[in-house]
Amino acid sequence: MLKQIGRDFDPEGAIVSVADANYPLPFARELEFNAPAHGNWNIVHIGMLIPEAHEIYVGSDNCMRGVVMTAAEMNALDRYSTVILEEDDLLDGNLEDVTIEGVADIIRKLPYRPRCVQVYLVCLHHFLGSDTDRIYGELEAMFPDIDFARCWMDPIMQKTGLTPEQKDRKAILDPVRPLPVNPRSVNVIGGDLPMREENDIARVLKAGGFTVRQLPTNRTYDEFLSMGESFLNLCYYPSGDYAVRMMNKRMGRDYLYMPSDYDDEAILRNLNELTGRLNMKEIDPSPWLEERDRALQKARSAVGEMPVTIDYMSTPRPLSLARALRKNGFQVQRVYLDAITPEEEEDLRWLQKNAPELELASTMNVKMRVMPRGTEPVLAIGPKAAWFGGTGHFVNMIENGGSWGFGSMTFIAEEMVRAVKEEKDTRDLVPRKGLGCASCI
Amino acid sequence: MCQLHMRRAYRILPVYSGDVSGAAAALFELGGMTVMHDPSGCNSTYNTHDEIRWYDQDSLIFITGLTDQDAILGDDERLIHDIEKACGEFHPNFVALVNSPIPYLNATDFDAISSIIEENTGVPVFYVPTNGCHDYVYGAGGAFRKLAECVVERTQKPDGSGRVNLLGCTPLDFPAEGEVDSLKDRIRDGGFSIGSCWAMGDGLDSLKAAGCGDVNLVVSAVGLSTAKWLYERFGTPYVAGLPLPGFENDIYSALRRAMETGEHQIPYLDRASGGTEEFVFIGDPVCMGTMAAMKSRQGIRARVICPVEAGSELIGEQDAMTRGEEDVEREIAHASEIVADPLYRHICPPDVHFTPEIHFAFSGRMFRRQLVDRFQKKNEENEDGTQ
Repeated sequence: MLKQIGRDFDPEGAIVSVADANYPLPFARELEFNAPAHGNWNIVHIGMLIPEAHEIYVGSDNCMRGVVMTAAEMNALDRYSTVILEEDDLLDGNLEDVTIEGVADIIRKLPYRPRCVQVYLVCLHHFLGSDTDRIYGELEAMFPDIDFARCWMDPIMQKTGLTPEQKDRKAILDPVRPLPVNPRSVNVIGGDLPMREENDIARVLKAGGFTVRQLPTNRTYDEFLSMGESFLNLCYYPSGDYAVRMMNKRMGRDYLYMPSDYDDEAILRNLNELTGRLNMKEIDPSPWLEERDRALQKARSAVGEMPVTIDYMSTPRPLSLARALRKNGFQVQRVYLDAITPEEEEDLRWLQKNAPELELASTMNVKMRVMPRGTEPVLAIGPKAAWFGGTGHFVNMIENGGSWGFGSMTFIAEEMVRAVKEEKDTRDLVPRKGLGCASCI
Repeated sequence: MCQLHMRRAYRILPVYSGDVSGAAAALFELGGMTVMHDPSGCNSTYNTHDEIRWYDQDSLIFITGLTDQDAILGDDERLIHDIEKACGEFHPNFVALVNSPIPYLNATDFDAISSIIEENTGVPVFYVPTNGCHDYVYGAGGAFRKLAECVVERTQKPDGSGRVNLLGCTPLDFPAEGEVDSLKDRIRDGGFSIGSCWAMGDGLDSLKAAGCGDVNLVVSAVGLSTAKWLYERFGTPYVAGLPLPGFENDIYSALRRAMETGEHQIPYLDRASGGTEEFVFIGDPVCMGTMAAMKSRQGIRARVICPVEAGSELIGEQDAMTRGEEDVEREIAHASEIVADPLYRHICPPDVHFTPEIHFAFSGRMFRRQLVDRFQKKNEENEDGTQ
């Protein structure tokens, strides 16, 4: 039974017209609410991208609960373990010893020998000044056959530096060592989902006959390590870019960042850059453009005047997507986000000029807990937008669903048509963690 | 050193819901505002895995978004300002401040912060001394006790009519839809009335009057701390146990005995110790103790393994308190049958007979579709007329 507080709260501070939005933070930093939409991947899901690896988290009870249950819900408890820190550990100054012995104890008890162990330290290790070099040095000496990935679960640092997600994306790539260069092999890394068939990057690489290596498609640790032979490291997901840059710096290979975008010129510019790096002739995008335009036309007809909302979880470029949809005649009403990335600044300025009434809504402001949901029919793109909008008509997508470029818009337009026609079970779908992973709930 | 690691290492089992989640779950329905002083994870963990009501029911539970700079520079002003601003928006019945590891390490003075906010807003503010290092029993139990200290008064003397306060009701132990209503019905079936239910399906006003109760029924380990406080404050005795089908009369008798004598009663501890087979019940000691007592009547030796931070008075001599996976493994090594949450199957001997008993505080929402109302009478008709 739905019980909403639902009084007429003044939305000031939680919802702002794009015309009045501050860049890069449209909303004040205050108490935070967490909506029950969890489709994005967290550090547990990301770590599981390494085959034959085992995750060990070292932290206190309450901090461990969310991560172990993530592993449990994706049926991966056999690849996950915990070392619990107790009050005495925080006060006795022996955190390094507890961490080393706890991790070693678990490795000895495992019924299999992992090729790689991802050790996740927590905020407490920072605040108690733990000697992480000693921790990993001793573990590596004890278990020389195991690669140790130095991971973090330290959310206290995330607003003033790299997020745990960014650091862990780097850490899990650290075991990849340089191999003799294969000029026909390309790594597409940094994101969580495998590229869809209609992803323009995938189409170019396929046309060029390249071997494409992606984290989600590796089946063995050796396949994962074979990423060391690729001559080009390509990233199209922003929070993975730091990891790929660091990997590239270490490996000394060619590197290309192709951020998602829904602007035709930007897509073409990136595609031409890619074909240049691959020594291929420029792609003629007209078939992909025609395909996209047909899909958009069908979507426009199906959606009609129905308001559209977009969340930041569905795409790293929600403002770029809003801009493109507005240009194509859709009634984009609201975008859910809490910050605007530098990549989106130009889109913000365009929307401020051309769609000033469009709303930006926070997903974390406390008022969003009690704002009425489901008061009018909307088509939502993304699970958070679906929950806030109280709608079953939504595109259940994160990270562009593994799409990029003209093909991405084609994919989204087709999904919009499907979402208009078929109502989804929002209550069942959006609380599920890690869209694309196994889920037992 | 080995003993320490035995307690700390969880090779495959999850940990129980933590103290922060427990505190939030306890206070969820009371119209207050619970603020976790934490960077990020506590609220997400709580509302994803430890709170079955989050999707359907609004409650004012927030985090402060603590940063490294806040912690290092001791910026409590932001915390105070943000809470006071939210109080101005929502006018909550109370504010509960809940602690996490870093503010605990920094010795943040929550009592002082509570006093400042209370003085500035006029809203009652109390601090639940969690630190992220304990389980939900500690957190929820502490939250109920703090709430009791803050709001409960005795406006009239108990009249001996059989007014019962139910202590320790949260979805972490009672997640099935309608289960707490059925629990109340079973108590009423024995000729008692419900004074208050801590804290599902009841408002803050009922809880405030808990001092007027004749007897308290501790329905999970979470309720014990408040029961002890109510005894210290008002002399109200408690009974621990559940009126599960087949054990209702034991609970009714214990409630009457407690009212007559003023002494606490734990009827499930009275278990026969014979039999060659050993049944082991793992989980909350009140629930599992009740089930073990019923099993022992069949001439079967029944033990309880308590892996949560419960009061030792809730288990018997033959039972065990455990901490950590290996501790539990050792205790169940010779069991012929195990009754526990399905996730315990991972560490059970392969030839043991296993009966799943879902515990939301352990496996969270994984088995939510299989939850059943344990207090519904077997022959009770459903609303649609089926049985």
